[in-house]
Amino acid sequence: MAGEENRGAAEERGPSGAPGVPALEVAGIQKWFGTVHANDDVSVAVDAGTIHGIIGENGAGKSTLMSIVYGYYQADGGEIRVGGKPVAIRGPEDAISHGIGMVHQHFMLVDTFTVLENVVLGVESGYLLRRSLAEARQELERLEREYGLDVDPDAIVGDLPVGLQQRVEILKALYRGADILILDEPTGVLTPQEVDDLFRILRALRDQGRTIVLITHKLREIMALTDRVTVMRAGRVVDHVRTAETDRAQLAAMMVGRSVLLRVEKGAAAPGEALLRVENLAVRDRAGVLRVRDVSFSVRTGEIVGIAGVAGNGQSELLEALAGTLAREGGTVEIAGAPAAPGGHAEAARAMRRAGLGHVPEDRQRMGLVTAFDASESGILGYHRERQYNPRMLMSRGAVVGAVRRTMEEFDVRPPLPQLRTASFSGGNQQKIVVGREMGREPDVLLVGQPTRGVDIGAIEFIHRQLVAMRDAGKAILLVSVELDEIMSLSDRILVMFDGAIVGEVAQAQADERILGLMMAGERVAGAEAGPA
Amino acid sequence: MSGFGGPTQAPAWVTHGLVPLINLGLALLIAGIIIAAIGENPFEALKLLVLGAVGYPEAIGYTLYYTTNFVFTGLAVAIAFHCGLFNIGGEGQAYLGGLGAGLIGLYLGHWPAPVAIVLAIAAAMAFGAFWAFIPGWLQARRGSHIVITTIMFNFLAAALMTYLLVEVFIKPGQQAAESRTFEAGAWLPFVHDVLAGFGVDIGRSSLNLSVVVAAVCLVLFWFFVWRTRWGYEIRAVGLNESAAVYGGISPARAIMLAMAVSGGLAGLVGVNEIIGVHHRLLLEFTAGYGFVGIAVALMGRNHPVGILLAALLFGILYQGGSELAFDMPNVTRDMVVVLQGLVVLFSGALEHMFRARIERLFTRRARAVAEAA
Amino acid sequence: MEAVTWIVLVIDATLRVSTPLILAAFAGMFAERSGVVDIGLEGKMLGAAFGAAAAAYVTGSPWIGLLAGIGTSVALAMIHAFACVTHKGNQVVSGMALNILVAGLGPVLSLAWFGQGGQTPMVSDAGRFRPLHFPFADRLADVPFLAQIYSEIVSGHNLIVYLALGMVPLAAWFIYKTRFGLRLRAVGEAPEAVDTAGISVAGMRYRAMVVCGILCGVAGTSLSIAQNALFVRDMTAGMGYLALAALIFGKWRPVPTLFACFLFAFADAVQARLQGVDIPGVGIIPVQAIQALPYLLTVLLLAGFVGKAVPPRASGVPYVKER
Repeated sequence: MAGEENRGAAEERGPSGAPGVPALEVAGIQKWFGTVHANDDVSVAVDAGTIHGIIGENGAGKSTLMSIVYGYYQADGGEIRVGGKPVAIRGPEDAISHGIGMVHQHFMLVDTFTVLENVVLGVESGYLLRRSLAEARQELERLEREYGLDVDPDAIVGDLPVGLQQRVEILKALYRGADILILDEPTGVLTPQEVDDLFRILRALRDQGRTIVLITHKLREIMALTDRVTVMRAGRVVDHVRTAETDRAQLAAMMVGRSVLLRVEKGAAAPGEALLRVENLAVRDRAGVLRVRDVSFSVRTGEIVGIAGVAGNGQSELLEALAGTLAREGGTVEIAGAPAAPGGHAEAARAMRRAGLGHVPEDRQRMGLVTAFDASESGILGYHRERQYNPRMLMSRGAVVGAVRRTMEEFDVRPPLPQLRTASFSGGNQQKIVVGREMGREPDVLLVGQPTRGVDIGAIEFIHRQLVAMRDAGKAILLVSVELDEIMSLSDRILVMFDGAIVGEVAQAQADERILGLMMAGERVAGAEAGPA
Repeated sequence: MSGFGGPTQAPAWVTHGLVPLINLGLALLIAGIIIAAIGENPFEALKLLVLGAVGYPEAIGYTLYYTTNFVFTGLAVAIAFHCGLFNIGGEGQAYLGGLGAGLIGLYLGHWPAPVAIVLAIAAAMAFGAFWAFIPGWLQARRGSHIVITTIMFNFLAAALMTYLLVEVFIKPGQQAAESRTFEAGAWLPFVHDVLAGFGVDIGRSSLNLSVVVAAVCLVLFWFFVWRTRWGYEIRAVGLNESAAVYGGISPARAIMLAMAVSGGLAGLVGVNEIIGVHHRLLLEFTAGYGFVGIAVALMGRNHPVGILLAALLFGILYQGGSELAFDMPNVTRDMVVVLQGLVVLFSGALEHMFRARIERLFTRRARAVAEAA
Repeated sequence: MEAVTWIVLVIDATLRVSTPLILAAFAGMFAERSGVVDIGLEGKMLGAAFGAAAAAYVTGSPWIGLLAGIGTSVALAMIHAFACVTHKGNQVVSGMALNILVAGLGPVLSLAWFGQGGQTPMVSDAGRFRPLHFPFADRLADVPFLAQIYSEIVSGHNLIVYLALGMVPLAAWFIYKTRFGLRLRAVGEAPEAVDTAGISVAGMRYRAMVVCGILCGVAGTSLSIAQNALFVRDMTAGMGYLALAALIFGKWRPVPTLFACFLFAFADAVQARLQGVDIPGVGIIPVQAIQALPYLLTVLLLAGFVGKAVPPRASGVPYVKER
């Protein structure tokens, strides 16, 4: 019943709405998560019958914005207008009734259901399924003819490849009568072939008068598909531009921003022999998606090698594979000439640490710390079995607290009180606990992921100075960061990662935001040394 | 399952004092309403209950005897909670612990007392640990859900014990499914006998030297959980599994260890009951003590001090409840079971209803400071 | 002749024992298919057994007894839903709490109301669900074979036995052929998909718990005023947990669950009759070995040693929107 009504409503509104009136408009949207300002006065107007891109780095607030439009979250301020009229969207059901459909980044599908069952879920036409399913089958056939959206309606969704699962999501939205379709990072899990199919379908939908909002951090998609684009950064809108009137370099610059360039005092590197050697590394993430393909590089003593890239291009998986917590699919890793086991479990992480590897993980809350532990306990995570803390059968509280207090003082953790619960330290101080723990052991090789994410300026400078000091002490440091400034000011060599592969290497002296931005967007740039070092 | 005793930023006296007291108060309130509804005076009942539990020396003895059991099962549930596991199988592990103690009693009871007793305690722990280790192993290596497996193991333990008692250990020529009485070497002395040796008369009760074992366990538990690397690893896995793996801690090993320790503690109920009181193997001596452990651990917030207090509370309720029935025939010890259910409901299932709210009252400032950066 | 009688009697007993088991297992199916783990089946059955016996004794009507049984059980189910769905409490702890609560409350109330230690008075025949005798059953009772099957197995059970058997296809139909069933299966598998489809996850789970409560109510009623004539302390004797095992053994699907219930009930019926019987070539099988069989099989299944039981993906997990 609901499905029919929605389709009816969509017809009435007409495919493109009144001329000149945007199909979808958000004005002055505000959203806070705790103390995080996820959306700050965000306004976007999407013209009917166009494909509108919203681009920004991870955490720029674009997914939050679209979740608000879909009723998944309530905005703390601002207005949503559909076809020029202000609407209240309190939940997905309201969004659906206003003709808004959404294809989520993580599919909202029931894996054990058939395509047909997934499509009718929530918009069944009556109490008995038989009729709903029969109607849906007819409608799917129509959509297939119209847009080339062919999927076997009786296939079990969990058995379908992701490309087809995504098609089911699109069909779900269309079946609900959506004429504004929002897609959140739709190509993240697709093969290039599947991406081409998706683009073909989206163009067909636009040509039939539907309005499409594409959320992505990939410049290529924006350039290939959209009519207009809105750039977001740190919860705010940077600018709106016509796709035809811009280029990748300009968009990249807007996305990454030009914050105050941090100056790090450091002399020339004096690299020695290679301590960390990675050959043809391939890694799948925990969902089984190949995230790192055929990556080879090495890090020498006395140098910082930075890995630049837009978030989600395989850097996280690379780091975890090197640390041992994610299994290697292929390739070899050597630390100081000794080959490392394929990893994927706790024992491998321990072996890596024993081999002289320190690791500041990207996400301190999820991985680097146990926030419910005292700082003294978090301060020895990974080293808790060392003899110095376990002189006899019992752990020596005195030894642990003493050692952690010294580290806290050395790394300027405030307050330097090991008895305090980890969670009660600020983000910057939590990070300094992790950094202190991993650097304090003076490992030969240090992996550092997003060392200054969510960290205040003072702590950033402190952590940067420590990294340089370690380099000067002859250690090999691999730095992964999505902050281009950080990469550029700290690294002696910069490797750019895109789509799981290293697309080029730039020496610090040649590093230039424009060139790096292009490489991060997947361009091969003349002048920069192509391929792995 | 993680989240028991999870991170809070409220002052300790709120988390460990005020919140359990409010939960207990609510449970008592509802129990009081029920007592009033069946036509008795709840305050009178409370008075009789307390008097019956601590009013005279014998009563105190029985109260402490029950407390002993609840310390064992409460600690057993708590160590599993620390690892993020819910061990519902304390009942079966206690049963098997009794079997271990009983085997020593039956076959080595003629050995000198200290040796037989120490062996019986070790056997009780080993049998209980074994019975909990299997579900732990199944969880860690085969992914079977520990809750279901431990429930099943309770029934398996019951079937096994019934078989052994009916077919194997039954005293010849006897109807009741009980073994013969052990030789005195395997009797854990009663406290009243021990004290009588010093000329102190406290009145006869079931209280035996297991209470000393329980006290030792409380202390060792604290050291194990907070002062050994194994306790450290168990807590790390329970609080944040991915951080544990990052720190080189194998969750599987921590799970198996925590479950073995848990079962070993539950098995000690068998010591208190079999070589402490009954001096023979019999059916159903665990009498639901394993389930009380859940309430004790939840109320005691998995800390030995809290567990001791909660175990004492339930000891008082159990002993006082039996006495109460003499004076108020309408209020039996089943009322205590009702109270126990209410305690589990309020301090366990509905913990988020009050705990979060109360703690928030006391943590606004602390949280603001933590999130500011 | 002897063997036929034996088999007929075992099947007869299997049917009787399996009735509350089937009802409880299907109750658990509705709960767990919606994503709510319910180890409180035992408590709900026990509560219903008490409610039904008390009401039937007082009113003399089995139907009022049935209503009271269902009412008690649904009320308990709602507490469970309130704790686990509304307050996102731990589902196992909540189920356990209710089991303990009811185990105490039944005897307390029967003592207070009826003055009998932990049990209700006997319910008169008029207040019970009595065996229904089909036409000619009595007259054919002495005729061998088919007639024996007709009179012992087809005829002669109480209404709830037929109700339970009739409920199985009905439940299967509900789960697989209706809108409610579609949403129920979805909410236990992928609550986020249900939420984004504009359906209330909590609403679905509450509804599922109502169904669970009703079925447990009927199961408990059948124990106290159909198979017996009173409520006694702990009369469910672990049947709620056995139902849970049957549900797992049936992999959360109606027909396999039905057969798991038959299997477990059959084991129970056989062990009662094998007590002390020397089977040629096998010897005496200990009763306890047969009693333990359902639990052992479930453990082996869960461990993946015999087949693989995959629970609904979201069962046991309170639904929290992800940021």
